[in-house]
Amino acid sequence: MTGGTGALEDMNELYEAIILDHYRSPRNTATVEEPDIDFEVNNPFCGDEFHIQLKVENDAVSQVGITGRGCAISQASASLLAELVKGKSASEVESAVSAVRRLLKGEEITDAEAGILGDIEALGGVRKFPVRIKCALLSWVGLGDALRDHVVK
Amino acid sequence: MSDSTLTAGSRVFDVDAIRADFPILKRKVNGQDLVYLDNAASSQKPSQVIKSLVDYYEQTNSNVHRGVHTLSIEATDAYELARTKVAKFVNAPRSEEVIWTRNTSESLNLVAATWAEANVGEGDNIVITAMEHHSNIVPWQQLAFKKGAELRYLAHNDDGVIDLDGAASVIDSRTKLVSATHMSNVLGTINPIAELAARTHEVGAVILVDAAQSVPHMPVDVQALDADFLCFSGHKMLAPTGIGVLWGKYELLDEMPPYMFGGDMILEVTYEDANWNDLPYKFEAGTPNIADAIATGAAVDYLTELGMDNVWNHEQELTAYAMEQVLSLDNVKVLGPQDPALRGGVISFIHETIHPHDLGTALDQQGIAIRTGHHCAMPLVRSFDVVAAARASFYIYNTKSEVDALVNGISETEGYFSR
Ligand SMILES: Cc1ncc(COP(=O)(O)O)c(C=O)c1O
Repeated sequence: MTGGTGALEDMNELYEAIILDHYRSPRNTATVEEPDIDFEVNNPFCGDEFHIQLKVENDAVSQVGITGRGCAISQASASLLAELVKGKSASEVESAVSAVRRLLKGEEITDAEAGILGDIEALGGVRKFPVRIKCALLSWVGLGDALRDHVVK
Repeated sequence: MSDSTLTAGSRVFDVDAIRADFPILKRKVNGQDLVYLDNAASSQKPSQVIKSLVDYYEQTNSNVHRGVHTLSIEATDAYELARTKVAKFVNAPRSEEVIWTRNTSESLNLVAATWAEANVGEGDNIVITAMEHHSNIVPWQQLAFKKGAELRYLAHNDDGVIDLDGAASVIDSRTKLVSATHMSNVLGTINPIAELAARTHEVGAVILVDAAQSVPHMPVDVQALDADFLCFSGHKMLAPTGIGVLWGKYELLDEMPPYMFGGDMILEVTYEDANWNDLPYKFEAGTPNIADAIATGAAVDYLTELGMDNVWNHEQELTAYAMEQVLSLDNVKVLGPQDPALRGGVISFIHETIHPHDLGTALDQQGIAIRTGHHCAMPLVRSFDVVAAARASFYIYNTKSEVDALVNGISETEGYFSR
């Protein structure tokens, strides 16, 4: 890695290359027509807000769209979320949300979960920056809540 | 000593000597020298103030207004002396007009729950500016809901300067209260309080000044402003947390119903009824925050020795320098008046590519403390079509080299995020 002063090098675990990549080029940013799940999450305290839409076909997420703005961590996290949920069933998504929550809190995740999360493990770097955990969790918590509401409907 | 020598100060304004009074400025943050630029949120405390707390607890600690023993008498004297110092600091005609509260927010709530509760009715209106802190919005929103009154806003232009011509029509015969910030904690704008007061009094209304950001930084004279109420927080002016001030005109305070009930605020209690103590005690139910009030007196002494004119001049110079330096960065936009003469030492800015939260973390890594977020003024920040901003704010101990550290820190952060 190049650039950055000594002091800023300490942030490398927070801003891993994969995080910066998703921040600069977020994936799945087109809006979804007639979404089945449609919700907004925001953290007014930091100034993050995202609009997240999912289309579910044959019990699997077929389309996902995330628009909004936020810090590098919340944006990258939302973009990683979008990549992960595509093609997954509701229960798979719920397990992933639960694994991400545990990852960010510094709790154990199984090897199988780590395999599912893939790049998302890079978000674990926020653990050293506790005030930023909320940023990383924002879209995942929102998705968890939205799924619960969706199932109830 | 005449008033002018008071505001000019009896101590030479020497930033190095001032810095030596603040123990916290010696500490490291993330291995770097601390550069504390979050003074609008809360200031640091000089050893004189800290010592006053320690002295109180080691030498004087006792309850006030209720004992004949030496400690209680000394505590009461020190507590009341601090009130007198605060009164003099803002040129209040009488020290009984100074009421100790917990902070600016409580002072505002006190006026909302007492004066406004008794004087604002259905169809009346309350006027505030569009650049208020949540503490000076929400109590009035709630009161307006409850009373069926209207909450009106005074507009400002893109530079964050209040439209005084517009104010003439917003403030009308149904206006009961105008509540305005003296200095915006986001834009740095210094509002024309004396002019607003004149218009307010023309319609027979009352003006409350949120001086949380002005009293710590500039000479404030409640009589020259012709304010009716004015409030501020100790913690933003070198004093401890948990202590604030509400100043009000004697006649208004005297007529107001009490805010809280209990010990100290009563004159006489029977099983059937009670009547209220004189000012200021009517508004100070229960054992007050004695130690922090006394320490606020020490903070006022400290500022008075420096001279509020000197404090203000120092911050004006720093602000002008910081505006110039920050604006020399390509990707940075500063909110609020672009003319440093129209603003105080609060600089909120937006970076085109780096979100404030990321900038805040990166600056913290470099030992630089700034504020990021909505600054408790969500409607205002959103009106600039952003959800958050970064803010650097100055005080007596800040230096040009700290401004340089900030600007350099932003450049380093740009480098980091474009790697
Ligand atoms: C303009 C203004 N008003 C009110 C407040 C509230 O002060 P406190 O939190 O001490 O009650 C602040 C502090 O952030 C402020 O800047």
